[in-house]
Amino acid sequence: MKKLAILLSIVLVALSLSACGGNSDRITLNVYNWGEYIDESVLDDFEAKYPNIKINYETYADNETMYTKLKGGGSSYDVLIPSDYMIARLIDEDLLQKLNFDNIPNYSYIDDKYKGWSYDPENEYSVPYMWGTLGILYDKTKVSEKDFTWNTLFDPKYERSVLMKNDMRDTLGLTLKSLGYSMNSTSEKELKEAKEKLIAQKPNVAGRVNDEGMDKMIAGEAPMAVMYSGDAAYCISENPDLDFAIPSDGTNYFVDAMVIPKNAEHKEEAELFINFMCETETALKNALEIGYSTPHTGAYEELPEKTKKSFQYPDDAILESAEVYSYLKDKTDLYDKIWTDFIASI
Amino acid sequence: MKKLGKAVVLFPFVLWMVLLILVPLALIAYYAFTKSDGNILQFSFENFKSFIRPDLLLVLARSLKLSLIATAICLFAGYPVAMILAGNTFKKKALLLVLFIAPMWMNFLLRTYAWLTLLEGTGVINTILDALGLGTHTFLGNENAVVFGMVYNLLPYMIFPIYSSICKISPNILEAAEDLGSNAYTRFTRIILPLSIPGVLSGITMVFVPGVTTFVISQFLGSGNVILIGDIIEQQFTRASNWGFGAAISIVVMIVVFICMWIINRFTDEPEVTML
Repeated sequence: MKKLAILLSIVLVALSLSACGGNSDRITLNVYNWGEYIDESVLDDFEAKYPNIKINYETYADNETMYTKLKGGGSSYDVLIPSDYMIARLIDEDLLQKLNFDNIPNYSYIDDKYKGWSYDPENEYSVPYMWGTLGILYDKTKVSEKDFTWNTLFDPKYERSVLMKNDMRDTLGLTLKSLGYSMNSTSEKELKEAKEKLIAQKPNVAGRVNDEGMDKMIAGEAPMAVMYSGDAAYCISENPDLDFAIPSDGTNYFVDAMVIPKNAEHKEEAELFINFMCETETALKNALEIGYSTPHTGAYEELPEKTKKSFQYPDDAILESAEVYSYLKDKTDLYDKIWTDFIASI
Repeated sequence: MKKLGKAVVLFPFVLWMVLLILVPLALIAYYAFTKSDGNILQFSFENFKSFIRPDLLLVLARSLKLSLIATAICLFAGYPVAMILAGNTFKKKALLLVLFIAPMWMNFLLRTYAWLTLLEGTGVINTILDALGLGTHTFLGNENAVVFGMVYNLLPYMIFPIYSSICKISPNILEAAEDLGSNAYTRFTRIILPLSIPGVLSGITMVFVPGVTTFVISQFLGSGNVILIGDIIEQQFTRASNWGFGAAISIVVMIVVFICMWIINRFTDEPEVTML
């Protein structure tokens, strides 16, 4: 008995030691990004260029999930790529650190149009990665609509035809817009109205999805889906029956940008990574692979003419009328409450 | 000396229990019973109070209902399988056992995701049905799909406890019964069934509890149209970052599950009931 006990404890100690060791000289850089939001060969390129850095790449499905994971502690990340309003929240809660732009000379490639947004007015914390709009991806063989508005999604003739997003801001935002309100409304009355409208939409909803919605649309599972422009571009490249419409009553215009959290362990390497992501070749690879719109002037130049003229780069008029999600501060709780009420009544 | 050895051997198990069961439970209780007002933490029942609302109670009732249906199906489908596995009639017993265990080697998420591609409108099954002239059907996005997913994923957890409790029944008892003139039906109702009740109970527990709390199955196979209490809890932790509320719901679910299990155990503890 005693021998066995000793043997067991030796094995246990040995196991725990080898688990803690991680005895490599390479630095591990933890990158946390949206799912399906990079050309993964770029990560290999980076590791080939900087052999002493190993990238640990993880993905999330929406900004709120990323926020919870970051806030919950336990894991520390070196680079995050959240959206505008979430960056504003992270800055407000003092979770990000200022970047040293001396380490990111490629920042000069970023178009001035995407700098100085209200989420980071002084351009201290973030480097824009991609931008896009929210719209409706539809199957031309099943839907013939002349003018898409957000109300198209609520039209009773589209029974079991719509894939909605399992995303709080997008879902509430587009519903508010369809009611003629701002996508950033913090009026309890307007939000409740939006909630009621969403509950009444139930017969139209074929599913509530995130990235898996792309596969469903490509397979021809549903006639319509709420989708980001970049994901839509990818779906269309896989299934030519699909097309994308930016609703005429106005849409959301977003920028996702690279930031470094306060508790990052390798800030300099993180800046090296951000700079690498802003090299023309890398930015072009990513833009071509994921279909989102690049804020990188060098990469934009290299894009095929057809892409530049597509919905991926809409007219300035559309963008001027589009709304950027604003950080809701103390009204975030109201959104959370309305969202939970909605989910519970499905 | 022997005592020390025992303590050392038990140490990993105790450590496991404390770190992965007791500490998380304590954390859940901590979040559920506190409320932060600015920087002041105070004891509060507020999270529990906000659970008492018709829509959430309805979601809880739906979770219990679907899980109960799935448990019943697993029991009635699993018991005969367990008997066949435990009996001597079937020659390729080992093969059958492997067939039941093999899917469990694969990740639960992957298996559920696979059903998505099999069952969706343009999926494998519908393509075959369509080719046979039977038309396409909507399988996903409703409560049946969620129950199906629960049964599929949890059936082995019903079969194996019953199987092992039937295996433990001494063949001498059955032979004695046969000698005394009881037929197969009587042997089943008077010997096999009562003696396999512990297996049935643990089978029910192992199917019912994960069924009540699942959120992956409802999200995948219910296409987000069938909301279970697990979905609400998940939303509170991942999206709404309202951990207190999420923790409170978890505790309510735990209590409800305990009550259900207690009722089932009491019900089957009555000897005359089990002997019927």
